[in-house]
Amino acid sequence: MSSDQLLAFEVDCHLFKDCGFPAPSVWSFIFDPIFEVGGFEFNKPMLLAFIGTLGILAFFWAAFAKPKVVPGKLQMVAEALYDFVRRGIAREVIGKKGDAFIPLLVSLFFFVWMLNLWALIPIAQFPVSSVIAYPAGLALVVWVTYMTVTFKTNGFVGGIRNLCVPSGLPKPIYVMLTPIEFISNIFVRPFTLAIRLFANMFAGHILILIFTIATWYMLGTLLGTVYATASFVMTLAITVFEIFIQALQAYVFTVLTATYLSQALEEAH
Amino acid sequence: MSALETLAAVEGNVGTIGYGLAAIGPGIGIGIIFGNGVQAIARQPEAAGLIRQNMLLGFAVVEALALIGFVVPFILS
Repeated sequence: MSSDQLLAFEVDCHLFKDCGFPAPSVWSFIFDPIFEVGGFEFNKPMLLAFIGTLGILAFFWAAFAKPKVVPGKLQMVAEALYDFVRRGIAREVIGKKGDAFIPLLVSLFFFVWMLNLWALIPIAQFPVSSVIAYPAGLALVVWVTYMTVTFKTNGFVGGIRNLCVPSGLPKPIYVMLTPIEFISNIFVRPFTLAIRLFANMFAGHILILIFTIATWYMLGTLLGTVYATASFVMTLAITVFEIFIQALQAYVFTVLTATYLSQALEEAH
Repeated sequence: MSALETLAAVEGNVGTIGYGLAAIGPGIGIGIIFGNGVQAIARQPEAAGLIRQNMLLGFAVVEALALIGFVVPFILS
């Protein structure tokens, strides 16, 4: 399958016609640039991320630009969403010290959620976070933040100790544990943070694509139409499941960020 | 083709076998997480919120392995 073919509907290939199932693959995630500025290609995921950012800005601006003591409908919704991150994530995981990081956590949560939600919105229907660069960029932001916080609270030596030497264990264990902690806290953390979000959205999009394409592919004969109906029902079921996964992944991304920050804020004993 | 070669031959995408192998561990792990989570909620229904939060966190961490197994065949193909 070539990268310039975007949809299975572009080939007239049906079941029992002796042509293979046009399975979705990596080519489903590659878009031709809409326009180009000096070698910088602007494509559909970037457009979606840009509109999403503007949408979140507009929403919170409209809700909180003129805050009222007795909140209106919009302000009430925005306050509930904000409070979910503040109380459910920042206070729960980090505690009082986490108040300084609420803006970061709220932004991360809603940005990641918006990127994921694009998979549902008609016409767009592409989860932006299934392009590895977006989760990788976000994970880099998180990495820089918690490394900075670690060294700021503990100093250089204390920071290294915070990252590599967990306290309160019998001495011989440190020989084994220190290298593991070093690798896990500095290299594996940002990697898994990015890969988890990316892989979830990638897998979800592929699943939806498989059943959508299969619905079209099986049409044509009477028996095929029965199969196609089943496949279409599966598309709907998976889409509903994806709604849950999208919110869950945004939540997990933010909770893990908060966990890393709370460990960074722990002072050495 | 000799019998040995026929036995060892694999047709199609080998990545599917890789995904099958990669799904074993996370399958067991997710079973343990949700099994114990439900048990914990049944024993202490007041703590349901806290337990569910940690359950989902553990679920996401374990599930990542299965998803990496899902993605790798696409990248290597």
